[in-house]
Amino acid sequence: MSIASVNYSSNGTVSSESEFSSAQLSIRNVTKVFAGKRDLFSKLSGKTSRDFIAIEDISLDIEPNTFVSIIGPSGCGKSTLLNMVAGLSDVTRGEILLNGLPIQGPGPDRGMVFQNYALMPWMTVEENIRFAVETVYPNLSPKQRTRNIKEQIQLVGLEGAEKKHPHELSGGMRQRVGIARALAINPQILLMDEPFGALDALTRGFLQSEVERIWEQQRKTVIMITHSIEEALLLSDRIVMMTRGPAARVDEILEVPFPRPRNRETIDQHPAYHDLKAEMERHLFRETRAVEESRIR
Amino acid sequence: MAVSQPTLNKTSTKISNSNAPWLNENIQALGLFLISLLLFLLFWEIGANLKLFAKGMPNASTTLKELWWWSTHPFFDNGPNDLGIGWNLLISLRRVTIGYFLASIIAVPLGILIGISPIAYRAFNPYVQLLKPVSPLAWLPLGLYIFRDSEQTGIFIILISSIWPTLINTAFGVANVNPEYLDVSKTLGASRLRTIFKVIIPAALPNIVSGLRISMGISWLVIVAAEMLLGTGLGYFIWNEWNNLYIPNILVAIFIIGLVGLILDNIFGALEKFVAFGRKA
Ligand SMILES: Nc1ncnc2c1ncn2[C@@H]1O[C@H](COP(=O)(O)OP(=O)(O)OP(=O)(O)O)[C@@H](O)[C@H]1O
Ligand SMILES: [Mg+2]
Repeated sequence: MSIASVNYSSNGTVSSESEFSSAQLSIRNVTKVFAGKRDLFSKLSGKTSRDFIAIEDISLDIEPNTFVSIIGPSGCGKSTLLNMVAGLSDVTRGEILLNGLPIQGPGPDRGMVFQNYALMPWMTVEENIRFAVETVYPNLSPKQRTRNIKEQIQLVGLEGAEKKHPHELSGGMRQRVGIARALAINPQILLMDEPFGALDALTRGFLQSEVERIWEQQRKTVIMITHSIEEALLLSDRIVMMTRGPAARVDEILEVPFPRPRNRETIDQHPAYHDLKAEMERHLFRETRAVEESRIR
Repeated sequence: MAVSQPTLNKTSTKISNSNAPWLNENIQALGLFLISLLLFLLFWEIGANLKLFAKGMPNASTTLKELWWWSTHPFFDNGPNDLGIGWNLLISLRRVTIGYFLASIIAVPLGILIGISPIAYRAFNPYVQLLKPVSPLAWLPLGLYIFRDSEQTGIFIILISSIWPTLINTAFGVANVNPEYLDVSKTLGASRLRTIFKVIIPAALPNIVSGLRISMGISWLVIVAAEMLLGTGLGYFIWNEWNNLYIPNILVAIFIIGLVGLILDNIFGALEKFVAFGRKA
C-alpha cells in the first residue's frame, strides 16, 4: 500500500496529466519549508534553528463539487497545506492552481472556516456576515445585501440570533456564524480547518449533519481538515490521508462511495463502511505510533 | 425569625438563616464599611479632643461641618483667595478636560500608527520609554518658560503626563490584534484601510480605553499638584488653606478630590465593560 501511495503523491505524471483534467484546484509538487533562524542575533543567543520541511512534494487534484477531507497525524502539516491553498502562507516550491491560474495570496474565491470561529467579538451575528458581504461585494444594493445575509442566516439555522454578539452564543452557534460568513461571499471553494474541533461530541455530530444538509443544497467544493474518521466518512467524497511530518506526503486517497444524501444513523450499513473505517484507523494508528516513538527516542 | 418563633425545627431555622438579609455578601460588606467608618470617626473625634495627634488637628465633627458647609455653598466668588469649592472644582476639571482631550487626540492616532508598523514601533519606543517615567512636575518650569501663563502651563503638564499610557496601550493593542481576525480580513480580500478601521481599531478598543482610563487617573493626580504652584483650582485651594493654616478645609478638599477621581474612574470602568464584548480587558 505504501508503495502505491508514493506513486500517488509524488509521481510527476499525475500532475502533468492534470493539466488537461477537470481539476478545479490543482496542488502541484508543493513543498513548504519554514526557514530556520540563523541571523547573527540568534547565533549570539544560541537560539539558532534549522530549516524545517513541513510538507514535501505534495500533488493533489480536486474536481469541482467534491467534498474532500484531509486527515493525518497531529502536526503533519494539514493546516500548513490549507493555509497555502487559502493564500495565507507562501508556497516554498511548486504551485497551486485554481481554475488553471496560480494562487497569488488570499482572495474571496476561497472561503475559510476557522477552528476557533474567528468571529469579530464587537460585531453581532448579522454584522459579522455583513462585514464579509460588504467587503467582497461593495456594489451590492442594500436590499440585495440584506436579502443575502438573511438567506445565509436561514441556511445555517441562526434565525433569532441575528442581533446577538458571539460571546452570547454557544460554540456550535458560533461555528454556524463562521460557516454562514464563509458561504455568504459565495466562494468557489470552502476551506475548513478542523471546523468542529472545539465542539463537544453532541454539538459536533449535530453540526456535521447540518453541514451535510447544506452541502447537498450547494454542492460547493470543500476541503476540510479533520481528526475524526466518522466525520470524514460521513461528509466526504474523497479522503486524503497524509503521512507524519516532517516532510509529510499524501499517503493514500480513499474514494467514499456512499450515496447521498447521507445519514449518520444509516451510513454504517453500507457494505464498504467498515472496510474504509478499518483502513483509516490502521493508517492513523501506524502514523501516530511512529510519531510517538520518534518523540521518545 | 428563628428567635421569635422557637417552635421551628432545626432545618427550617437553617433555611431561614440563609435567606436572612444580613447574610447577603453585599449587605455584609456595607455593614463592615459603615462600622469601620464609624469607628474611624469616633477614634478621630476622641483622639483629636484628647489632643493625641499633632497640635491643631481638627476633630471629626468640625471637619464634617466644614464639609457640609462647603458642599452646600459651592458657588460663591469673593476673589481668587476666597472662591467656592464648586468653582475651584470646575476650574480643575476644565484644565484636565482640555489637556486630557488634547493628549488623547494625539495619543490615539499616533498609537495606532506606531502599532500598525513594527518598524515605527521599534523606532519610537525609545522616546516613549524615556519620557514616560519623567515626573509631571519636572515639566512645570519648562511650561512656565514657554507659555508664561499658568493656565496654559497647567494644560501643558496634563497633556505631557497623560499622553503616555494611552499611547502605549493603543500601540500595544493595535500591534497585538488577534491574528485570526487579520486572517479573516485577508481571506475576504479587504483593503488595508478597511482592515484598519473595521478590524484593527475595534479589536484594539479595549486596550485603547484602558489606556484612556489610566491617563485620566494620571491627569487628575497631576492637576492638583500642578495647581499648587499655579493659582486657582482645587490644588490652589489646598495651598491657600495651608497658608491660612486651616486644616479642616484641606481635609474637605482631599475628600472631594478623591470623590471626583472615583467617579471619573468609574465612568471609564463602565466604558471598558461596554467595549469588551466578553473579552477580558
Ligand atoms: N510558522 C511556523 N514556523 C515553523 N514551523 C511551523 C510553523 N507553522 C507550523 N510549523 C510546523 O509545521 C508542522 C505542521 O504544522 P501544522 O500546523 O500544519 O500541523 P497540523 O497537521 O495542522 O497539526 P494539527 O493536527 O495539530 O492541527 C508542525 O511540526 C509545526 O511545528
Ligand atoms: Mg492544524
